[in-house]
Parts: sequence; C-alpha cells; structure tokens
Amino acid sequence: MMRLAAGGLIDRSRSVRFAFDGRVYTGHPGDTLASALLANGVRLLGRSFKYHRPRGIMTAGPEDPCALVELRTGARREPNTPATAVELFDGLEAQSQNRFPSLRFDLMAANGWLAPLLAAGFYYKTFMWPAGWWERVYEPLIRRAAGLGRASGLPDPDTYDRAHLFCDVLIIGAGPAGLAAALAAGRSGARVVLCEADARLGGRLLAETCEIDGQPGAAWATSTEATLRAFPELRVLTRTTVFGAYDHGTYAAVERLADHQPFPDAHQPRERVWRIVAKRTVLAAGAVERLVAFPGNDRPGVMLAGAVRCYLNRYAVAPGQTAVVATGGAEGWRTVEALAARGIRVAAVVDRRAEVPPAQAALAQRIGARLFAGARIGATRGATNLRTVIVEGATGGAQRLTADLLAVAGGWNPQVQLACHLGGRPVWDETRAAFLPPTTPPPGMEVAGAAAGRFGLGESLRDGTRAGSDAAVAAGFATTAPEPPSAPDDDTPATPIWLMPGRKAFVDLQHDVTMDDIALAHREGFRAVEHFKRYTTHGMATDQGKTGGVLGMAAMAALTGRSMAETGTTLHRPPSTPVAIGALAGRHRGKDFRPTRLTPGHAWAAEQGASFVESGVWLRAQWFPRAGETEWQQSVDREVLAVRNGVGVSDVSTLGKIELAGPDGGAFLDFLYINMLSTLPVGRVRYGAMLREDGFVLDDGTVARLEAERWVITTTTANAARVLAHMEFAHQVLRPNLRVAFVSVTDRWAQYAVAGKRAREVIQAVLEHAIPDAAFPAMACGTFGSARLFRISFSGELAYEIAVPAREGDALVRRIVAAGAVPYGLEALGVLRIEKGHPAGGELNGQTTARDLGLGRLLSARKDFIGRAMALRPALLDPARPTLVGLRPADRRTRLRAGAHLLPRDAPARIEHDQGWITSAAFSPTLGHPIALALLTNGPARHGERLRAHDPVRDGETEVDVVEPCFVDPEGLRLRG
Amino acid sequence: MRIPCPHCGERASEEFSYLGAADPLRPPPDATAEAWHAYVFLRDNPAGNLREFWHHVHGCRRWLIVTRDTRTHAIAACVDPRA
Ligand SMILES: [Zn+2]
Repeated sequence: MMRLAAGGLIDRSRSVRFAFDGRVYTGHPGDTLASALLANGVRLLGRSFKYHRPRGIMTAGPEDPCALVELRTGARREPNTPATAVELFDGLEAQSQNRFPSLRFDLMAANGWLAPLLAAGFYYKTFMWPAGWWERVYEPLIRRAAGLGRASGLPDPDTYDRAHLFCDVLIIGAGPAGLAAALAAGRSGARVVLCEADARLGGRLLAETCEIDGQPGAAWATSTEATLRAFPELRVLTRTTVFGAYDHGTYAAVERLADHQPFPDAHQPRERVWRIVAKRTVLAAGAVERLVAFPGNDRPGVMLAGAVRCYLNRYAVAPGQTAVVATGGAEGWRTVEALAARGIRVAAVVDRRAEVPPAQAALAQRIGARLFAGARIGATRGATNLRTVIVEGATGGAQRLTADLLAVAGGWNPQVQLACHLGGRPVWDETRAAFLPPTTPPPGMEVAGAAAGRFGLGESLRDGTRAGSDAAVAAGFATTAPEPPSAPDDDTPATPIWLMPGRKAFVDLQHDVTMDDIALAHREGFRAVEHFKRYTTHGMATDQGKTGGVLGMAAMAALTGRSMAETGTTLHRPPSTPVAIGALAGRHRGKDFRPTRLTPGHAWAAEQGASFVESGVWLRAQWFPRAGETEWQQSVDREVLAVRNGVGVSDVSTLGKIELAGPDGGAFLDFLYINMLSTLPVGRVRYGAMLREDGFVLDDGTVARLEAERWVITTTTANAARVLAHMEFAHQVLRPNLRVAFVSVTDRWAQYAVAGKRAREVIQAVLEHAIPDAAFPAMACGTFGSARLFRISFSGELAYEIAVPAREGDALVRRIVAAGAVPYGLEALGVLRIEKGHPAGGELNGQTTARDLGLGRLLSARKDFIGRAMALRPALLDPARPTLVGLRPADRRTRLRAGAHLLPRDAPARIEHDQGWITSAAFSPTLGHPIALALLTNGPARHGERLRAHDPVRDGETEVDVVEPCFVDPEGLRLRG
Repeated sequence: MRIPCPHCGERASEEFSYLGAADPLRPPPDATAEAWHAYVFLRDNPAGNLREFWHHVHGCRRWLIVTRDTRTHAIAACVDPRA
C-alpha cells in the first residue's frame, strides 16, 4: 500500500469500494480516482493514442493529458475522463482505454516500431492514395486503431439544466487569490459569485504546506469558506468550471451536480450550465503545471513535481517508493523537502543548474540524495512502470539510477484561457517564464494571483484582495480594501521551460506528439504556430495542451531561432475544458427542443383517427381515414370529392392572423400589399399579396375589413412570424407616422373552412342564422355573436371560413360535422388548391414575382408599396421568366412529381435546355388524372404545348401538356354557389 | 452579447433578431433604379462602429438601432428609431 500512515484531507473513518478494469479496490472519501489508484499501487491507466505506449498519472488535476479512463457502464459510460478529476464514490466503475487485448499486453504497442510511419502529418501522407481505398480500407483502419475511449452509443439517461445568474462580481477560482478576492468583494455587500472547479475551496492551499495568518493553508481555506458563506449576497458554486467568456460580461460555467455520485438522485440534473452575467470579474484560475520534455517522459512513474506534493499532502499517498527529482530551480526542491518529510527515499536530485545554492545542496546531503548539478535526464526505462532513470551529467557520461518515481519540475502556466476568449493573445514574460494574460482582457475582467503570473503566496493574497475590492468598487459599492491575509512571500525565481531532446520526448502526451514531430514540421515548412499545431495535432486533444502546449511552442522557437514572444500562441476559444453536449442542450431535448403546437380542434381530429403531419411549428391533420380505406390516397380522394360534390370542413386555425386598428390602417395596408386595400368597404374581404423590398413575393392572404378602423389579415402558416416582423419594420421604421396598431391573434382564434355547394346550409345551421346570398355574397365578412364569418374560398367552391375564440373551437368543429360536413385534411386542401391553381408553398419560394405567379394584374400603379420599385426591374418583367402554368400528363395516367424539370420534347436533358420545373403535383379525383403546377419560361404563351418532364433523381420521364393553371371551374361559377 | 433595450433594459442577444445596417434610407418611389439598388443591396462593412437594426422579437417587438463596434462588439448606443 502506498497510503501514508497519517495526514491528508481524506476521511479515513470511511472506506469506499470501486473497480478498475474489473478489480475491486478501496479508497476514502476525499480521494480522486487517481489518488485512490495510486494508494492501491495502480500506476498503469491506459495506452496512448498513436503508439499504444503505457500511460499513467502525471498530474493531480483535470488538466491531466494521459490519465484518461472510461467511467461508469452502460448508457452512462463516458470516455476520456481524467481520473485526476473524478471524485471517488462508492460503486465507481472505471476501465482503461485504448488497449488490445489487455492493458498490460497490448499488441498495438508494435505501433511504437512503426513510429516513422506515424509521425507528424502521417494522415496526410500515408492515406493519400488510391482514392478508392479511403472508405473501404483506410477509414475503418484508422477508426479501429485511433481514438481513445468509446462512447456508450445509447441515449443519455440523465437530465441537464440550464440556468442564469446575475451578479456584481464573479470570481473564478477559489485558491488563495480567489478567496482573498471574495473576502474583499463580499464584505462590500456586492452580489458575489465564487466558482471553483474542485469540490473543496483552497486550490493549491490543499496541496502545499504553508501558513496564512498563522494557520495551515488548508485550515485557513476552511475558515475563510465559513466567513464567505455568512455573507448574505455571496454565493459559492463548487464543482463548477467556468469554461467560456463572452461579450458584455457573460460567462458560461458547468456545475457538476451528480458526477460524484453513482447516478443522480431522483429529479436531480446531472449537470447544470450556468450563464453568468457579471458587472466585474476577477479571474483567479491559478496556474497549471508544465511538462518537461525528455526521452521517455511519458512512462508511468513520471509525475510533475507539484502533483507529487499534492498527492503527499492532500491525499496522503506516496506516488512512489524511491524518487528522483529533476528540477531547474526551487520548485523541485520543495518536492524534495515534501518527499523527505513524508519519509520517502529521494535517490537523487537532477538539477539543471551548474551552481546549486548551498542550502539546497545541504538538503540533498542531509537526506542522503545524490546531487547531479548541471545534468539532464537522458532516458527512462521500465516496461509498464518506471524502473530506471538515466541521468546524463554535465561532463558527459550516464548514470543509471533505480527509481519508481521521477518528479519533474517544469514550472507553471498561468490559466489565461478565459482572459483570451474575446480574441486577446497571451503575452510572453521572460522573467516569469510564462505566458501572461493579454494586456486587454475582456472588458470588466481583472486577472489576479497565479493566473496573472504572481506565483508567490503572499503576493497572490495581496493581489486577490486588491482585485476583489477594486471589482466591488467598479460595480458601484463603496468599500475599501481590507488588510490582506498575511503569508510569507516566495521570492524564488520562476522555473524556465526545459526541453531535453531525444527519441520519444513527448510534448503532447494525449496526441503522442514528440519533439521529433515538431522538428519534422519545421523541416517541412509548417513553422507558424497555427500551422505546426494542425500538422502535428499538438495541443488539439481534449486537454487542449494545458500541460505541454507551451513546450511545443518552445521547441519550435528553438528550431526557428525566434523568441517565445515572436513564436506566439494559438487563439483560445471556448470551451476551455470539455463540456458534455447534453449539458449545453439542457432541457432542450427531443420535443422540448422544438415543441409541437396543437390547434384547438386537435382532440377532435385525433378522435376521428386523423393522420397528423408537422406543418411548420404545428401538427395538422393530414387526412381522416375511414373504415375500408387502406391507402391514404383513397381517403384524400374521398375528402376532395366530398368538397366538390357536397360539403367539407377543414381546420385552418394555423393560418397567421393579424388584427389591425387605427385611422391610418387603410394607408398602411396599401403600403404593405401590392393591390389597393384602402378602398375595401367595411364587411368585405379582398385577396392580396405582399412583396419584399427586392420585388419578390413575401406572402399572400386575405384582408377583411371588420369595421371602419379594424381589419384582420391572414398569412400563410409558414410565414406568420416573418410577416408580423415585416409589418413591424414597415410601421416602426418606414411609416412611423401612420396611426395604426396591430397584433398577432393567430392563437386566439380557431378557424375552419367549410366548403362545397352545401356550405351555406351547414353554416346557417351552426350559426342558427340565415345568411342569404344577397346579404352575404362572395367576399363578404361579418360578425355573428362570438364568431367571425368570411365568405372566402381556397377550393373554388361556395365556401366560408368561420372563426371563433380558441376555447370554442372544439365545440364548433363538432357542430359543423354534426351539420353534415365531411372532415378533410391538409392533403385534400392541397389537391383542391392545385386544382384551382392557387400558389402556395412550392410557388411562394422567395424567388417568384407577382407576375410569375399570375398575380401581375394586382400590382397597383397608383400607390407606393414595399417592393414596387424593385419589382419593376427589367429583368423581373422579362416574359421569359418561369411563370405559373398547369400541366397534365399526356397519357393521363402517369404520376407527376414536384421537382421534375421541363424540357422541350426533342432536347437532351442538359441544363441549357432547362425551361422550368414542377412546383406542386397531385392526383385530381375531380378530373380523374394527375395534375401539376409548374413554373415555365414564357408560360402563359405556351398553353397547348407538349413537353418532357424529366426527373432523373427518381427515374421519371413523362410527356406533359401545358394548360391553364386553373383546372376546375375556371369561370368561377361554383364560388357564387 | 447584451443589448440595452430602451424599453426592456439590458437583454441577451438571442432575444433579438438582426437585420443589418440601419443607415440606408428608403428612397422616394420615383428614385432612380441605382438608388433603389443601393438601398436594397449595397452595404458598407466597416471595421468599427456600425448602426444596425436589431428587432426585439422576444421582448417589446420594437425595431431598435444599435451602434455596435464590429471589432469588439462594444455597444455605444441603442435607441428606438421613433425616439
Ligand atoms: Zn425591448
């Protein structure tokens, strides 16, 4: 066992059981999966991406590049989870990744011998040809060999939430700087939100032995948390990672509510994505330890020096029994001290510096560690675990040291990502040997503590106090900065980046990118940071190069002879850490993503056994099958004939309805529609069409004048929202002086079309009111009790549309049916309108003019209206434009299909012979044969011509005759009933 | 983005829909074809402040004129054209 006898922030009074690759182990509450595995002596966690090299635990935080496991089982299986970020819970199950057939004996490790083939850019070079091999050979091969964990492939059984927070001061990170900032901002009374990714507040204070205000660091964090939680306006969000900075003080964070449990409690979301809007923000995200590049730096047992201290101090785990520490300065010596204090043998300290300060040399001597000054790591050895460290001395010559832990001090990378999300570039600072936040962070943000390169504890606390106080003041709270918590300053110089070239010196452990790959990219000319990153995939894995990214840049800088500042970094974009798509989607899943709207008559239609179809945001009845009907076409034919020969009823509630009022309503309608509407008398309805300002048709519908200063207009179902926005623009921006007001009333009215020669008797029965032709002729409208009646026809039959308040719709449609009307659905409605040649969806496609649709006669020359000027463009007046016609199949039997293109009979099917296309097609039960509407060049002049309808996609080839677009009752006699 | 609607206060940008530059003015009906073409199709694409239409669709439903820096998204003003 590697668990230390005492210490640590774990609850030794309780044990939790967990399984890794099927074997059961125990740990304690407070452990991570990584610390518990180390405590059980498990150091081999997975195989690497390209070379299947053994990999272990390198860090103690979520940034770990290689301690990736599959967590949980079944539908909850989640790949690529860093074991270093998983809180241990009872019953946790994890599996190693990317191994075949087993973790210890991995056949694919032979890839290590194929390394030259798998070097940078190998996808681009190796799998180029033959092209036909891509789908059959290369892609399956790559998919089997590459990739790490496996997704479950099952629907996510958990729920996720999205929520909003508004605050005066957002503090990101609860390490020393963040806690100090929260103390300073909280006491001002400002609304403060403190987000910490860890389950515990404290950050590095939990991992180090230090004192603040005379207390141990971790104890100070605990007492500070109590102080903070007593501020009534301060909210602490633990297990919450802020992953994106957006415009105007908007931040996104994910709170892991149940990831530390086997599964969420009943009704508990697994994760919650917060949108936080903050007046001011203090970024105190700390720093992440850097990797050191040397040959074999990926072997399990190689660990970052700060992570070693974290395992010793926070988790009371010895990451090894015999350690070698490699360092370039004080950072590694702190780890030497920590190891020695816990009784772990330090075999040697490899110090990059030729001159090691006397105090450190004395420490080495005191604990019996060999000191190699001015030395480097030449290689590591060991099959699946570190056994030997080969040290190369300053004067040449190599020493083989037996060790199972190699702690490397690579220095620290400030966590500047969030400061760069709005486009700022990090700035290289030579003295701190780190990229610092950009000079222009997002407005309202200040960076404090280690995230700003202020690594010392004392300066970090002072910086946090100042930043928190400043943020509260800037947010409008009168306060003065309190006395900062006191801690000794750490004046040790920063640790510079350390590159030791050689074979298999990794700079990106998750994507298996080595210094050789960077050198290859350099030789092949991919030298700019954005180029070599993509060529080598350096920094493009899920860890986003948090530990090794800077190393690759340093390697390229060394090769090009440019400085780090000249080499620069790539752009940072949200999310700065992987976020589950499910969390981003929140509750917007399935029907909750796009709710279905139901008409007031829906329940009635469902009782009739209607088949429903989505029509825009609505669900509409498509047809109403009856006993004995086996094909939908039989139902539709019967419904159409019921309208043509008797009377039918159809739900048209989904049509957009907009009510207008005001003395200038007529003038406004004249401006909106192509035809004259101000002259429409009270009690009358008129058909109209609207254009966009570019001259093409926007929508069509009816305008009814209910009273002298009150109108109601209809829009197509699909365009209801667009037309309302268009009208608002026309009024608010273009004609603000017109005294008119309007509002959408689509949902407030249930509306039914009653059509057929017996429509009048049905309506009279329903209204219990006589509506003789003389009193209520075609295009009349009026009010009968709560009902509005319009004598308008889409089918060409004697027809009415009757509208009642939505709550009365269900009762109304039942009364209409009881009075003898046959229900007909959307399909029959479509057939009826094609038989009459009325343009609808297929024709109102945004590319047709009023003339194209045969509505040219409506264009008024006596007024200005939207789209008039552009509709008069010569090209839009060209008679050769495709214009609405009707089509019949020459043999009267062949089905016609929308989308087929029209060609002269003798012309080959090439684009230069294309003369138009079929926009809508149906079988007309009235005529007994298929019919279609089409847009045909020079259309109106070509009635009687025979053409080819060519449909290569569906193998259709039909001869068609061009006819008038109106197939039934072209004189309009039926309308008058 | 957060847009300070003069009627509703500061609101998130997804409550709005976007139209584009607000400064081209609709020409009189008898203007030249060139003037109409310019109004309907031609837009400047400045790197800097742009006055543009945003429609507060999920709010007051007013068409607002927002002065936004296209480089930084900094919003200098948001006014109702009737004001
Ligand atoms: Zn508003």
